[in-house]
Amino acid sequence: MKLSSVLMFIGALLLSALFFFPLWKITLLAPQYPDPLGLNIHIDHLSDGVQFNDVNNIDLLNHYIGMAHLPTKINVDKGVIKPMKEFTYFPIVVGIMILLGLVLAFIGKPKLYLYWVFILVILGIAGLYDFYNWLYIYGHNLDPNAILKLTDPITGKPMGYQPPFYGYKKLLNFEVYSYPAIGAYFIVAGIASAFLAFLQGRKSHNG
Amino acid sequence: MKQLINYFMVLAVIGFLASCNQAPTKKSTSSKSGALSGSVAERVYVAPGEHDSHYAFISGGFSGQLSVYGLPSGRLFRVVPVFSQDPEKGYGYNQETKPMLMTSHGFVPWGDSHHPDISQTNGTVDGRWVFINENNTPRIARVSLKTFETEEIIEIPNSAGNHSSSFVTENTEYVVAGTRFAVPFPQRDMSIKDMKGNFKGALTFLKVDPTTGHMSIAFQIKMPGFNYDLAHPGRGKSHGWFFFSTYNTEEANSLLEVNASQNDKDFIAAINWKKIEEYVANGGGKKVAAKYTHNLWHDNQHATTSTMEKEVLVVEPKDVPGAIFFLPTAKSPHGCDVDPSGEYIIGNGKLAAAMTVHSFSKLQKAIEDKAFDGEKYGIPVVKFEAVNYGVLENPGLGPLHTEFDTRGNAYTTFFISSEVVKWNIKDLKVIDRHPVYYSVGHLMIPGGNSQHPDDKYLVAMNKITKDRYLSTGPEVCQSAQLFDISGEKMELLLDFPTIGEPHYAAGIAADKIEPKTTKIYKLEENTHPYAVKSEAETKVERKGNEVHIYMSMIRSHFSPDNIEGVKVGDKVFFHVTNLEQDYDVPHGIAMIGANTSEMLIMPGRTATMIWEPKEVGVWPFYCTDFCSALHQEMQGYIRVSPRGSNTPLTFTLDGDVPGQDE
Repeated sequence: MKLSSVLMFIGALLLSALFFFPLWKITLLAPQYPDPLGLNIHIDHLSDGVQFNDVNNIDLLNHYIGMAHLPTKINVDKGVIKPMKEFTYFPIVVGIMILLGLVLAFIGKPKLYLYWVFILVILGIAGLYDFYNWLYIYGHNLDPNAILKLTDPITGKPMGYQPPFYGYKKLLNFEVYSYPAIGAYFIVAGIASAFLAFLQGRKSHNG
Repeated sequence: MKQLINYFMVLAVIGFLASCNQAPTKKSTSSKSGALSGSVAERVYVAPGEHDSHYAFISGGFSGQLSVYGLPSGRLFRVVPVFSQDPEKGYGYNQETKPMLMTSHGFVPWGDSHHPDISQTNGTVDGRWVFINENNTPRIARVSLKTFETEEIIEIPNSAGNHSSSFVTENTEYVVAGTRFAVPFPQRDMSIKDMKGNFKGALTFLKVDPTTGHMSIAFQIKMPGFNYDLAHPGRGKSHGWFFFSTYNTEEANSLLEVNASQNDKDFIAAINWKKIEEYVANGGGKKVAAKYTHNLWHDNQHATTSTMEKEVLVVEPKDVPGAIFFLPTAKSPHGCDVDPSGEYIIGNGKLAAAMTVHSFSKLQKAIEDKAFDGEKYGIPVVKFEAVNYGVLENPGLGPLHTEFDTRGNAYTTFFISSEVVKWNIKDLKVIDRHPVYYSVGHLMIPGGNSQHPDDKYLVAMNKITKDRYLSTGPEVCQSAQLFDISGEKMELLLDFPTIGEPHYAAGIAADKIEPKTTKIYKLEENTHPYAVKSEAETKVERKGNEVHIYMSMIRSHFSPDNIEGVKVGDKVFFHVTNLEQDYDVPHGIAMIGANTSEMLIMPGRTATMIWEPKEVGVWPFYCTDFCSALHQEMQGYIRVSPRGSNTPLTFTLDGDVPGQDE
């Protein structure tokens, strides 16, 4: 097997890490939470980021400001919230991309690798946009009967609690950090590997 | 004019003389100069947010509880309720913990806690459990050092004044419980004056399950009717032996302060428990009818079971020759202490100004050579010279208890002369002495009852404080004093007040316990029959005149919080589950008119209280622990209708049956 095919093969397989590791992680610190709370966002579910029961504990705190329930299995089962469609189709999309990558590696045409990278980047951007959207919805779509209804001192409008998309933000007593998690780095590695496969393939093709 | 001046001069001289001839108005006990220099403060200062280096478990004496302090700061963290009810926590009041205080005499709400001792593995304190004895109603308790809760209490039959207890062997094979008061064994109706020769002293060995910690009485040795005061296990070379101090070998039954203080020497009873264990394993001993409770906490059911045990295995000393010996020891010894090597057994001769140091090696030889000086009730009395290593004469007055460092030194408390004395065991020489304020009882060096004392600190526990603190009327606090013993001289670092009577203590390095402590109880592991796992499971059921409320609590409401259909004469059970799964989010509940305490419920736990409404009306209940920003809103109502009314039974949260709206 050619080196470029091997690289493409590896690149596609790297995506399978998304079935095991979170894509993104939101960490919350407050005076009462010296050990932070953490929320891991996977392609198909949310998980405890730092300690046992973090997701439920964050969900519990969110109710003070009237934030909607988080899409956890419990909340879905209880009918408190609709299942998140992304959790269904993200794994399918990722699965298709892995399969496609493997097939392309087998076919061995370097140009096709570039298309794969291109599709993946587009999907990634779409995913990030979707993530941003959810953060906006969670931050602004607040229960009018919320316990704490604060007003933004500058705009005079009800205060929003949109968590940071990337980086740091202070939300009431919480310091919130939002950064890509291991899964995201595997995507980058997958893209890099596939791109290298393209370069290597083109070089050996030309040479 | 001159006369007037002379007159005043005479007055001045008289005044001067008067002031010279007065006793001091106050004995100076402050040691601000000298030892207590500025740098001492730094050595006990634990900065905000920092943690202490050691745990100290100090018994509360007549409080019946076990307190948890940090060293070197002397800060109190928790009082673990053990033998007394604790309304603050609901211990001994709620249905789940009431059985913990059941005894063969029925429910006993108070106890007298004495000697905490930490479990050991290979002669080192392991930080798994603390065992502690109750003197009045003879009992031994086991406290978990994961949850800091009392997990087990076992009653000791045929015993009275359970004092030479609850010391553990070096692999926690056994916990011992010796009787302080000799009593008829078994109890019977007889004349008190016939005590001598007829009363007995039970020394009880409790087996400890190495995994669960569960205790059971392995055997009871039916000893002569002396008073067994304190005990310590052999260790290292003397592992397999246990040593108990005795007083009242005179067997006096009245005015003991005089009549039990006649013999110049009493005994230390040396017991080869390995030999007795073997005897018992081969079918030795006799099962005798007895009645004692065994109360066990079940961590998943969050409840206690109380079982009445029916018999106990009794061993007669004469049936196991070569297992028990008496070592003559200067007058009415209190503490009976074994040094870290296991070689020296030290009798603290309370009524003699002398420390008796016996040698384990000499004891072995004496037994081999049969160097005996007669016998008492069939038990050989070893010749004093044959077992004695030496005597430290006149170290102070009223020696009570000795602990050890790793450098061959002993530290003994002297109650009467109110001091701690450091002395070298081999040389039998006093090295240093330091006053304590006042009248010290026991002392503690972390890891003291083990092969490896952690010998930086020493805590002296004092019975009298008088002027040491701000006065609080006739009843003032008792206290502990912290010394640094790492140098040649002992340095007094800190005074700190304690709960109850700080009777005895055990200490251990914090890192052996802290990382393993429980933070929450997992809801999924909760098998309490009335537990709810979510609000949707909350409900109210009526069974005759019993009303069972399956209630939940979570920030910041109860579910259900409106209940109707309860009637005067009903017996209402609040089965309350704290649904929180977050560290340090307990909730409490109190009901107006309930003839019991509040309940303080940790995350994931279920507890039950009973309320018997007597008046018609709408009665509120509320959360008693400041749980959250909405704590003040955490409340609910129960409507009580007249006896026989037909108000339907309803229960709601925000107008709906819990779980129905979601």
